[in-house]
Amino acid sequence: MSKLKLIIEREFIAKVRNKSFIVMTFLSPLIMVGMGALVYFLMKKNDEKIKTIVYVDESKLFSKDDFKDTKTIHYKDFTTDGIVATKKKVEEGNYYGALYIPKKDSLEILANSIEFYSKDSPGLSVMNSIENKIERKLRNEKLNNFGIDLEKINASRIQSDIKMFNFSGEESSKLINGLKIGVGAIAGYFLMMFVMIYGTSVMRSVIEEKTSRIIEVIVSSVKPFQLMLGKIIGNASAGLLQFIVWGILISVLGLVLTTILGVDMSEIQTANMTPEQLEATKQAASGDKMQLILQEIARLPLLKLFILFIFYFLGGYMLYSSLFAAVGAAVDNETDTQQFMLPIMLPLILGVYVGFATVISDPHGPISVAFSYIPLTSPIVMLMRVPFGVSWGELAISMSLLVITFVFMVWLAAKIYRVGILMYGKKPTYKDLYKWMKYKG
Amino acid sequence: MSNLLEIKNIVKKYGDYTALNDVSINIPKGSVYGLLGPNGAGKTSLIRIINQITMPDSGSILLDGETLASKHTADIGYLPEERGLYKSMKVGEQALYLAQLKGLSKSEAKKRLKYWFEKFDISAWWGKKIEELSKGMAQKVQFIVTVMHNPKLLIFDEPFSGFDPINAQLIAQEILKLRDEGATIIFSIHRMESVEEMCDEIALIDKSNKILDGNLNDIKREFRTNTYQVGLTTSNKKEVELALQENFSVLPPDFKLLGDELTVNVKLDKTKSANDLLSFLTTRGQVQHFVELIPSANDIFIEAVNKNS
Repeated sequence: MSKLKLIIEREFIAKVRNKSFIVMTFLSPLIMVGMGALVYFLMKKNDEKIKTIVYVDESKLFSKDDFKDTKTIHYKDFTTDGIVATKKKVEEGNYYGALYIPKKDSLEILANSIEFYSKDSPGLSVMNSIENKIERKLRNEKLNNFGIDLEKINASRIQSDIKMFNFSGEESSKLINGLKIGVGAIAGYFLMMFVMIYGTSVMRSVIEEKTSRIIEVIVSSVKPFQLMLGKIIGNASAGLLQFIVWGILISVLGLVLTTILGVDMSEIQTANMTPEQLEATKQAASGDKMQLILQEIARLPLLKLFILFIFYFLGGYMLYSSLFAAVGAAVDNETDTQQFMLPIMLPLILGVYVGFATVISDPHGPISVAFSYIPLTSPIVMLMRVPFGVSWGELAISMSLLVITFVFMVWLAAKIYRVGILMYGKKPTYKDLYKWMKYKG
Repeated sequence: MSNLLEIKNIVKKYGDYTALNDVSINIPKGSVYGLLGPNGAGKTSLIRIINQITMPDSGSILLDGETLASKHTADIGYLPEERGLYKSMKVGEQALYLAQLKGLSKSEAKKRLKYWFEKFDISAWWGKKIEELSKGMAQKVQFIVTVMHNPKLLIFDEPFSGFDPINAQLIAQEILKLRDEGATIIFSIHRMESVEEMCDEIALIDKSNKILDGNLNDIKREFRTNTYQVGLTTSNKKEVELALQENFSVLPPDFKLLGDELTVNVKLDKTKSANDLLSFLTTRGQVQHFVELIPSANDIFIEAVNKNS
């Protein structure tokens, strides 16, 4: 056992001391946060340019109240100048665009006769914003014509929120469904990334031992299986450390940057919303609703989620990295790995695709269920399903299948590994690998 | 002399290929044992089995009277033919790691490494990475990590390949010193001169079978052909040679002398002794050279392998 500890320690230190590891660990969060800040900065700069739109209202329906200035768009009434002169001014580049509202007999005709002139094609958000203003005004006008009191309409607005229950007594809501999708997707994606990055790192480490020819010296002291296991655990520890550092650095840097730049988070979210959405968000953000969300998060089976996350994370990583180790042992250099990599990568990618395609729309559908049982995809797909509530019975099947496969695969990989590490020269075929598995001892 | 290692009826197959076919070898304690054989004969397979890197299909191995088990890795030092060290790891750390894998405590390993590093005058390399060292320097480090845990049994697979002559000499001396301190040494070598120089016992493996083993001198005696090199100063070379041919079986000479002597190889049959030949010669001239032709390890190797095929 102490030999295993020694190997884990060496693998961990070798990985952590590696220059590219250090650079990646500290640079990636900087780059990520930096990119975010850059995008935010550019967005802000872009928005800071105020667009002035002039309008010519021949219908006399609109007033300055209907065209309130926003942060980025200012409106000016040019009705007295007439549309021809106004268009000319816009063409000369003095203003962003000219809105022409002609006089028509009915509101319906008017609704489709309004014109907008600009030098460059206007952005989608600008047009949306103008159309919204006009639609609201015309609707209110129509309601007025029908003799309906606008006050009453506003007062009659009501929001319904259907509460959903399942029979294990967990309450769910649309909002929390979104949350569940988020948690599941992040967990599944995270797992895939981890397996890919650290699985290939295990593989590279095996190849390095082969090319530096130290492998035979090592296996004369320890069992090949111990070496493989130590490598897998050592690399995983380095990976966990890296993710922890990333988490801490990103939160700290993010916090520092938002404070420095004075980013108002609500501002980002509301920047592209229509007034109706804005209103809804404001309501949602009111105290009661906030509390409800917190309550709902607290009601998620957090402990169960956490335990399962750890289980599938470890199971999935061990399963795949043992395969990566076997591939590394089979070949002499990294270019030869490609033919063996595809069959390993395929189920991994399939898991993520199936997860995103089916679990989100139907977490308990037959495809989702099937893929959350199949051991090579189950770590990813089951992690995505878990937040939606999976019965312990189903979990037991999936988990035991994973454990059985994991033990079998590690055993199989160790067999290939044991023979492969001492083989040089010829690039092995699948037939060779099969032969190696049958060698005794 | 008791045996440190008893290899009994080892069979090892890789699929349809038999790498070792019922091989049994006894290695006496304190000996320098040469494991000889052409490439692909099965030497490395046998060595890997002794090191428990692979398991035999059948047969058993006793080390110092005990069945070989994983705890014995600490009693064996192994320098493989395919050898190397972690390139980007520092010399000292690497040596410490490998020593600990062999079961030494960290402090004990440090102490022993200090001794060896000072002995080889390489203490300055402690903090250097292997990739910064020359090949010869790295080989010295490799030798140290092979022997530093004072194993009972040392196995060297082609130890001198890759060493320059000076370092090879140094390593050979150190190996013999370790033998004097009680270690048993197994060499697997091609270089026949080293066999003559160093080995007390040998085993010859060819095509997966052991075809010969035992004490080197006994084997040489067994392979001796009773042939003598003769150099004679005489005024009448032709006549003497004819007379020799009448009485003995004469072969063309395989040696050269400095002067104008008559040179022949003479093979004696069982009825005649060396003295008979010598007295025959002394009556006919001045004997300059008279040496029994002892088969070299190389001759034995070639003869045994040819006989086997």
